[in-house]
Amino acid sequence: MIELKPKRNRESQTHVGIGMILLKFRTFIALILLIVFFSFSAPNFLTSHSLILIASHVVLYAILGIGMTYVIVAGGIDLSVGSIVGLSGMIAGGLIYEGLALPMFGVKIFFNVFVVILITLMMGALVGAVNGLLVTRFHVAPFIATLGTLYVARGAAMLRSNGETFPNLVGDPGLGNTGFPVLGAGNLLGVPLPVWIMAIIGLIAAYIFKKTPLGWHIFAVGGNEKAAELSGIRVKRVKMFVYMFSGFCAAMVGLIVSSQLVAAHPATGETWELNAIAAAVLGGTSLAGGRGTIGGTIVGAFVIGVLSDGMVMIGVSEFWQMVIKGTVIVLAVIVDQIQRNLQNKLVLQSRSAA
Amino acid sequence: MALSNTGEVCLSARKITKRYPGTLALDRVNFNVYRGKVNVLIGENGAGKSTLMKIIAGIERPDEGTIELNGKEVHFDDTRHAAEMGIGIIHQELNLFPNMTVAQNIFVAREKLRYGMIVDDKRHMEEARKLLERLEHPLDPRTLVRDLRVGQQQIVEIAKTMALPNLHVLIMDEPTSSLSTAEVEVLFRLIDELKEQGISIIYISHRMEEIMRIGDYVTVLRDGRLVAEAKVKDIDIPWIVRNMVGHEASVSKPKPEAERFGEELLRVEGLTLPGRSGGFALENVSFSLRKGEILGIYGLLGSGRTEILECLMGMHPEATADIYLEGKEIKARSIREQIERGFAHVPEDRQREGLVQTLSVAKNITLSSLNKYARWFHLVQKKEEEHVRNTIEDLYIKVADSNLPVLSLSGGNQQKVVIGKGILTGPKVLLLDEPSRGIDVGAKAEVFELIRRFASQGLGIILVASELKEIVSISDRVIVLSNGRLTGEFAGEQITEEALVMASAEGQRAIRV
Repeated sequence: MIELKPKRNRESQTHVGIGMILLKFRTFIALILLIVFFSFSAPNFLTSHSLILIASHVVLYAILGIGMTYVIVAGGIDLSVGSIVGLSGMIAGGLIYEGLALPMFGVKIFFNVFVVILITLMMGALVGAVNGLLVTRFHVAPFIATLGTLYVARGAAMLRSNGETFPNLVGDPGLGNTGFPVLGAGNLLGVPLPVWIMAIIGLIAAYIFKKTPLGWHIFAVGGNEKAAELSGIRVKRVKMFVYMFSGFCAAMVGLIVSSQLVAAHPATGETWELNAIAAAVLGGTSLAGGRGTIGGTIVGAFVIGVLSDGMVMIGVSEFWQMVIKGTVIVLAVIVDQIQRNLQNKLVLQSRSAA
Repeated sequence: MALSNTGEVCLSARKITKRYPGTLALDRVNFNVYRGKVNVLIGENGAGKSTLMKIIAGIERPDEGTIELNGKEVHFDDTRHAAEMGIGIIHQELNLFPNMTVAQNIFVAREKLRYGMIVDDKRHMEEARKLLERLEHPLDPRTLVRDLRVGQQQIVEIAKTMALPNLHVLIMDEPTSSLSTAEVEVLFRLIDELKEQGISIIYISHRMEEIMRIGDYVTVLRDGRLVAEAKVKDIDIPWIVRNMVGHEASVSKPKPEAERFGEELLRVEGLTLPGRSGGFALENVSFSLRKGEILGIYGLLGSGRTEILECLMGMHPEATADIYLEGKEIKARSIREQIERGFAHVPEDRQREGLVQTLSVAKNITLSSLNKYARWFHLVQKKEEEHVRNTIEDLYIKVADSNLPVLSLSGGNQQKVVIGKGILTGPKVLLLDEPSRGIDVGAKAEVFELIRRFASQGLGIILVASELKEIVSISDRVIVLSNGRLTGEFAGEQITEEALVMASAEGQRAIRV
């Protein structure tokens, strides 16, 4: 069969190619630009002290962002992560400071730090499970379900201590619960433990996303839930998983923060869900679902971290910081749409030329 | 074959050129629309039909070329402008609001107002009812569009465009793709009425018999160029196909001798499914299927054809039936379970239900089978890629790179991806819902060849189709549904278009609400 196909215009293809690459790596490029900018405008930006400070914030946003990425890619949203951070800190802090009181037996149990961490992580996943149940069994829209959990979890955190802080979480050798601060302040091979944790969670998350059936099921559910269901994917299970994973990540962040501060404060994590969403979106995760990468989210977390702390360093007023942050996020989404539209156009062209 | 300027040309596209990055979608195309006539536009997917229609309807702007309406050159800023000038378009991919009622959809952006401010719902309902009656499809205008089946939604789309005041040119893009024979007759009667009123129709279709019946003029596009134009009465189907593909294509293979089928594969007894608004969507339907057999299901819109397939896939746990797979009784409770038992389903609407648009061709093919490639949790890429390659080869899927997004494929190839997804699960029973809807002649022939091949490999095939000729030519046996009841079962020689149409009309009440 002889077919007359219109010849592709080679040159226009290359120009489009470079443009697409620039768009695709825009967040990374933005990060480089930001670092360069702040190096010049902030006198002590490139000192190891500042960089470590920034890194400690980035780690928190990154871990939260990774959990959030899973939820958004599956087509949902999790507004409760900030509250879970606070609640987890209070759970861990409470277990170390006061122990678990069992009035009917008249005892107080003090778990060792490993068990405390384990319990806290499980509680985070449990809150995530509640979100998941609300969304899958009761068909509550994710926005509303997690908004409700946001308040309930925050309230629970406050109730735990009547609004007070649990201070001085070093533990008591007699009770066998020392060692908590190591999580936040410890080092392994010269690299802070939280960075290791971020790296491990990031690697596992990226692996699951691309190398396991579950990961692809998540993409399918977010891309076209109906088609995913008809393809035999257990949509409810997938959704339960992503919300539980997000809760788990939030609990991890709560642990790291309260370990770093050696204190647990119930207001910790307020508005952090927005940083998590921003990190994911900056990293190329589409709020419509079905698209996102872990690497992108981590770069997005860096951008948020560098931007926030950089602005503080050059003395930008708090109010302007809010304006700038909001603008950056909206711009990021707009540019993302542009990139996607261009990509779709190219796809349709290659289809009509086929 | 060029036409001399006979008859009145009401709309004329001259030297229309449209470029997209890297491709030339339309290359100096001239297109004449003759007043009060049905102007058929035909071409394989990718020939440029949709692009040309988008330009005429004001959705896109040409890079070069002009459009003349009644002799005057016009430039459309947008669809609304084109609509105001009298050009209406009924898209193939429906543009409806599923969360709104039929009446609301018909009058959206053209609401009738009381006192110039308040939406006049009563008038909307009345006029919607009248329009639907003209289309002989008296749906309740209060129904939400999302509760309608695809074919019914198509009727609403048609009604919407007919509500345009000042309509001169009506573009219809595959308007009959979800309608069965009786509805098509209604539509054709409507088209005759519109012609009498002086409205010109641009009719895009892949259905040859329809074109020969309803068309007055036919224009063939290939690879973005006009290759032929003629009066329909001067040409025949082979002429059309020759010009479309550039050579003679085999439309359908001759039917093989009566096959020897295997033992009974599936038996369904007393399938009953309660309807959404009272009554029954399916009432006491029973049938059986043998290995290697192709069972066709025919019926009008809403007769329950799709519901049978859905029940077999476990999508309706509320249905009651005795189902026997290879002699063993089973209960169809969930999609996952049915897939594991050996059922595979190719849904009616590949965009809504069959494909995940954000994923690549390869991933869409393996989506139902990912667990097969996993050792513990890890996806063994090599095995997966091998199966993708095999599927692409076996099903003649035309794609340069399987990692391309699935939307970069033509309609026919997308459909083959959905079929491939089902086949890859290694099914015993393959359920196909309108597998040839909205795909071009060449792809259709390939799909039917594949279906015959699967049957000869021992699969049991159940096929729902609304194109009579197709179902007659491919099925070994046909069951006919009407209003949820089984009204006919035909085998071999008994399968004739007349018999199927008669059985599908049995028990039809005049007014259906």
